[in-house]
Amino acid sequence: MKTLTFSQALNSGLRAAMEHNDKVVLMGEDIGKLGGVFRITDGLQKDFGAHRVIDTPLAESGIVGTAIGLAFRGYRPVVEIQFDGFVYPAFDQIVSQLAKMHFRSRGNVKLPVTIRIPFGGGIGSPEHHSESPEAYFAHTAGLRVVAPSNPQDAYWMLQQAIADDDPVIFLEPKRRYHQRGEVDTENAPEATSLYQAKIARPGSDLTLIAYGPLVKTAVDTATAAEDEGIDIEVIDLRSLEPVDFETLSASVRKTGRVVIAHEAGKFGGMGAELAASLTERCFDHLDHAPVRVTGFDIPYPPAKLENHHLPDLDRIMDGVDQAMRRTRAPLGEEA
Amino acid sequence: MCVVLMKPTSRKHTSHKGCGSGSPQRRRMLIVSNTFDVPAPAGTGQYLQIIGPDGTRAPCPELDPWVGGIAEPQLEDLYVDMACVRRLDKEGTALQRQGELGLWAPLLGQEAAQIGSGRALEANDFIFPSYREHGVAYCRGIAPQDLLRMWRGSAPSGWNPHEVNMANQQIVIGAQTLHAAGYGMGLKLDGSSSAVITYFGDGATSQGDVSEAMVFAASYQAPVIFFCQNNQWAISEPVTRQTAGYIADRAKGFGLATWRVDGNDVLAVMAATRAALDHARNGNGPAFIEAVTYRMGAHTTADDPTRYRDTLELEEWAAKDPLDRIAAHLDSLGADLEALKVRADAAADELAAGLREAITTMPDPTVDELFAHVYSHGHPWLEEQRDNYKLYLDSFAADAEVTR
Repeated sequence: MKTLTFSQALNSGLRAAMEHNDKVVLMGEDIGKLGGVFRITDGLQKDFGAHRVIDTPLAESGIVGTAIGLAFRGYRPVVEIQFDGFVYPAFDQIVSQLAKMHFRSRGNVKLPVTIRIPFGGGIGSPEHHSESPEAYFAHTAGLRVVAPSNPQDAYWMLQQAIADDDPVIFLEPKRRYHQRGEVDTENAPEATSLYQAKIARPGSDLTLIAYGPLVKTAVDTATAAEDEGIDIEVIDLRSLEPVDFETLSASVRKTGRVVIAHEAGKFGGMGAELAASLTERCFDHLDHAPVRVTGFDIPYPPAKLENHHLPDLDRIMDGVDQAMRRTRAPLGEEA
Repeated sequence: MCVVLMKPTSRKHTSHKGCGSGSPQRRRMLIVSNTFDVPAPAGTGQYLQIIGPDGTRAPCPELDPWVGGIAEPQLEDLYVDMACVRRLDKEGTALQRQGELGLWAPLLGQEAAQIGSGRALEANDFIFPSYREHGVAYCRGIAPQDLLRMWRGSAPSGWNPHEVNMANQQIVIGAQTLHAAGYGMGLKLDGSSSAVITYFGDGATSQGDVSEAMVFAASYQAPVIFFCQNNQWAISEPVTRQTAGYIADRAKGFGLATWRVDGNDVLAVMAATRAALDHARNGNGPAFIEAVTYRMGAHTTADDPTRYRDTLELEEWAAKDPLDRIAAHLDSLGADLEALKVRADAAADELAAGLREAITTMPDPTVDELFAHVYSHGHPWLEEQRDNYKLYLDSFAADAEVTR
């Protein structure tokens, strides 16, 4: 066991993946000498060389498109997109090329490309630095989308994503980069566990689903709810595509109530899919409609307003109260 | 002097590699237009040429050394190749009209650009095509029915890229150029002596991906050949809507070695491709070829070019036909043209007959193909969707059983 920050765990995970397979190459803006704007690749170019830790021109479509070409040639590129809001110039290469090549080539071309995207808000930055673009990618057939919430998962999920033969969008909760945690670097989890949800805190009254940055907030909410006599089961979704409905359904059938929290907007977001699918699967077990606690359906706001936008403990607790019928229903959702 | 200046133009010319200087620079009158009207098509400008439209061969010091070994028998083979892909293309159009294909993108007129470059490649060189490179696929030995499989709608693609070193057709304009740049980076990392070539059209040069691909290829000095078939038209938009100068000049700005050639001259295209490959293989970085040609047919079978272009222009280009000029040249060399045409017809007939037989008997894909290959391994959601759809389909069989 080692105690590592989230970013150190990612750095160690990249190092382990590169040591394990010499076809693993890193690509991105400022990832070489600088070590990336968040220092996730710190020291890797020095140790592995500029041919394996590749500083790229400032062109996101170019980065992903050339990663596809490298994968065609047998490499396993790990791409760093500097910030979530800068991934959109690469959208065609991700959605129309990376996601579809395996299908297009009838399984003949595998593109084991991992795209790392620091995502989410809470760091006081201007526009384009705090977005949550996960639903676009989760909606796209051919991509897998995962989001670790703690250093242990950061270390292993990154290596599992790199080892996967399918393209993986790897979302890193940037406001948790400095969070510390225990990391077991010895005992590798099973490869399939990348796509399994985990129960972060067991409970019996209500299922609270979160991923990435909000898992910690969700666990804190559950701790606070204890004082009010509510026993919350927190599920760390981990994989957004595919979703581990087996674990989710088992929990919801047990508790009969579900709250889903994410920073992204509500309309057409991950919460919409989870609420709909869990209703389909667990309708007879539900005591209340699924409740979503999300960011607003607005462009990401200026930093001085972001605390209103981001679901925090109190807003998630308000959602818990709705699901427990302890408060009024929101406007438009009245019975 | 192999530089051909097709028509004087009012555009500012920069000189081209090996083309000498003295290009005309006519002073413009200051007339400010308040419309976006494209200036009248200004002809094709300067390019390198070995065999002219009338079949006359002129010395071209820059290109001649690259095709020194091409004598009469090799020229005859190139003629047969071009005749075969012209026939393949004609069959594609006919099969679409007969309802056997959903769509077809004709290559008519571009045979020299594709055969000349395709035959210059080594088997280990990798190709990233667009959707019109039927002639290049033919050079790679891809069976015509496999080439047409995607156009029929029987499968998303028709061949294994790793078996023939050619990616599947790319429909998003210009997207494949980045894949080529990345592949070239991989070749360089591997210390390989192979090169990668990517095909695209004049319209694609306006796409950001093509510019980014040149930036990446140049930045890493990757062995990438950018092969632009400037066929003058991007569906209904003339090349003047994509650029106010020469496309090849833009590549120079990215630091690429550049050749601008007569794309209807199979020898010039072959020579330029060999020169570019040699440049790239020797670690000198990427190269760019602008092959000036013409799309004699429609953009696709869904297009109607009579709405936007003049028949006079077609006639002008018909006079520069890539097959006719090789025939005329071989005639001037004293070749037995009659025998050559019999041979070409026989090869084309055989190809066409095999193609028609294969297409008309091609089985439709099974429903399983819907779900296969979206992912390379387990995906519970999709497996559930597949199984539910199977149960749904099976329910009709069960109903039929009950009704009976």
